[in-house]
Amino acid sequence: MLKYLIEKEFKQIFRNPILPRVIIVLPFVVLALFPLAANFEIKNLKVSIVDNSHTGMSDELIQKVAASGYFNLTNVSYSYKDGLKSVEQGKADLILEIPSGFEKDLLREGSTKVMISANAVNGVKGGISSAYLANILMDYNNDIRMELMPESNTAGKSLTITPLFLFNPQLKYSIFMIPALLVMMLTMVCGFLPALNIVLEKEKGTIEQLNVTPVNKFIFILSKLIPYWIIGFVVLTICFGVAWLFYGLLPAGSILTIYLFVSVFVLAFSGFGLVISNYATSLQQAMFMMFFFVITFIFLSGLYTPVSNMPGWAKAISVISPLKYLMQVMRLVYLKGSGFGELITPFLYLCGFAVFFNSWAIMSYRKKNK
Amino acid sequence: MNRLINNKGKRARNRRVFGAFVRKEFKHILRDRWTTIILLLMPVVMLLLFGNAINTEVKNAKVVIYDPSNDDATRTIINKLLVNDYFILYKTVSSPQEIEPLFQEGEVGMAIVFSERFYENLLHTGEAQVQFMADGSDPNTALTLTSYATAIVTSAQQELLKISEVPLQITADVKLLYNPTMKAVYNFVPGVMGMILLLICTMMTCISIAREKEKGTMEVLLVSPVKPLFLLLSKAVPYFVLSLADLTIILLIAVFGMGVPIAGSFFWLIILSFIYIFLSLALGLLISSLVRSQIAALLISGMAMMIPVIILSGMLFPVENMPWFLRWLGQVVPAKWYIEAVRKLMIKGLDFSSIILEISVLTTMAIGVIMVALKTFKNRLE
Repeated sequence: MLKYLIEKEFKQIFRNPILPRVIIVLPFVVLALFPLAANFEIKNLKVSIVDNSHTGMSDELIQKVAASGYFNLTNVSYSYKDGLKSVEQGKADLILEIPSGFEKDLLREGSTKVMISANAVNGVKGGISSAYLANILMDYNNDIRMELMPESNTAGKSLTITPLFLFNPQLKYSIFMIPALLVMMLTMVCGFLPALNIVLEKEKGTIEQLNVTPVNKFIFILSKLIPYWIIGFVVLTICFGVAWLFYGLLPAGSILTIYLFVSVFVLAFSGFGLVISNYATSLQQAMFMMFFFVITFIFLSGLYTPVSNMPGWAKAISVISPLKYLMQVMRLVYLKGSGFGELITPFLYLCGFAVFFNSWAIMSYRKKNK
Repeated sequence: MNRLINNKGKRARNRRVFGAFVRKEFKHILRDRWTTIILLLMPVVMLLLFGNAINTEVKNAKVVIYDPSNDDATRTIINKLLVNDYFILYKTVSSPQEIEPLFQEGEVGMAIVFSERFYENLLHTGEAQVQFMADGSDPNTALTLTSYATAIVTSAQQELLKISEVPLQITADVKLLYNPTMKAVYNFVPGVMGMILLLICTMMTCISIAREKEKGTMEVLLVSPVKPLFLLLSKAVPYFVLSLADLTIILLIAVFGMGVPIAGSFFWLIILSFIYIFLSLALGLLISSLVRSQIAALLISGMAMMIPVIILSGMLFPVENMPWFLRWLGQVVPAKWYIEAVRKLMIKGLDFSSIILEISVLTTMAIGVIMVALKTFKNRLE
């Protein structure tokens, strides 16, 4: 019985003019293009310099900023207003204002102050870019001190601070995003399609035909679930291939671990989709409900920033997001090479979700209309 | 004379029928209670999540410490690092080999590794070393963590070396423009507006029309005395009202709940939103005239439209970071122009002259799309 039902599901999917394309093309395009777009990398910052001082020293500082590799000089203007204008027009990300008494104050009074103004509409970028610029300023300060008063230097009395970035030494953002995009693709394909599935049968009236057959609820849900489970593997494999071909990224850990987690996740999330499909009365409703939950789950999953940085209440409700666990596992296995031993907690959670959603799907499916 | 009265009567009747059609659409939407609730709830949840869940501030990051020296200097530095709530100690390890497995468990954000005989070297040889190992798989968090830690250690160094007054000091006054507290929500409110309006206007409109086509009720409507144009308009009106409701909700929550300012002209913000809503409705009509089934309408508007909007519009990811061909592709995404203009008006507080380009692009797009939509709609009918 199950076999025929599954055969029917596949026939329905392949007969649809759009669905097979969605399943194949969407993961391909998303994985190939989006790591380039989903980029929060902070580099090539555009800096506008307001030099009120025009001295050898301010020139040196400007040179130093330009040579740092982080910044592109947009313009050197003579008033803060001009600088601000380039920020407003989006031509500059930050302004470095050198006061008119820059060199004089430094030499006579021993200290001087510059102004860094960063566009913080995007808070992360504002924070990190101004910190970069402040670092360069500190370097320049050390150079000056070394040059002008070598005796005062704390030479022989200093420490070196070196940052080292594990797992992703060049801090490429795409490497951070690829496992996450993989999760999103699985969510899209294996979440939305089941959510539309049963409700589509309701709208077409074919559900009535199924309801009069002796198929029991369990078999019915299983027959809806298995095709998406298989599609999940197809999607995952496409994503793997694209990540490797286009970005040269292979999982640091075991591929089998990833397949194992994905198989449980797809069961859980397709189950969730079926629950929605059971309750929805129209395609539109199913789509919007799913959209709502997917957005909520994605933002609770730590897509951008680690869940541990979230405020307490958000951290507490993030427990209900199945995506959070898969996201965590994907990044750990893909980027850091964690083994199954370290991932038992998320595995149990995902299994819990799979059982919970699918039992719910079976229970909420009614063969009889009230 | 007679004809005039007749004409008047016709117009009045037309208006009545139009009103009836609009009421019918409203009933359609409101009967579907869940969709309405979700559409009104979605912006609330999105703002709450965007505003809070995306938190790049470093707080309570777990650190591992490897300190073979364990002398006054390293203890001072460690104390300084742990005294604020930026970092909390996860574990002290006794060999550097223990560090990587801890990262693989996924809890630890950074490891701090001191060199041997730290204090002695600090005072005499200048070979004292601190290394911050951060988890580079999350680049921005890694950068933020290391730069915080560097700043703390640098200040600790001055204290350790008892440098009371550093000669020749250049300090920097850092000013964060527009968003001094670096709240993520500032960046996201315009994005949420762009997305929700598109979702309601485009997606809902095209699905509802596709639904009528699929059910065959469209034919019934078309033989009614109302002109096709009015028929389309009557479909659009309820979604227009709904999107205004959402716009109001978003602005109220953003301004009063989250303290996001409307720094620029409110008037132009509303005008801009009207143009965008109009454009989104036109897009919905266009898609609906191209597809036959609901599922096609759903997939086209959901996948082929929503995903590019989310990714390419600059709603979540800065447009300037993208390679040229994606930036170029992004130019045709209406939401990109809208979001940019809203950011300028609302957050940066610029005046009308700064958004002339965006307004003209959106207006042109709106006129173009509505013309194509009406044409295809007519062609399909004939």
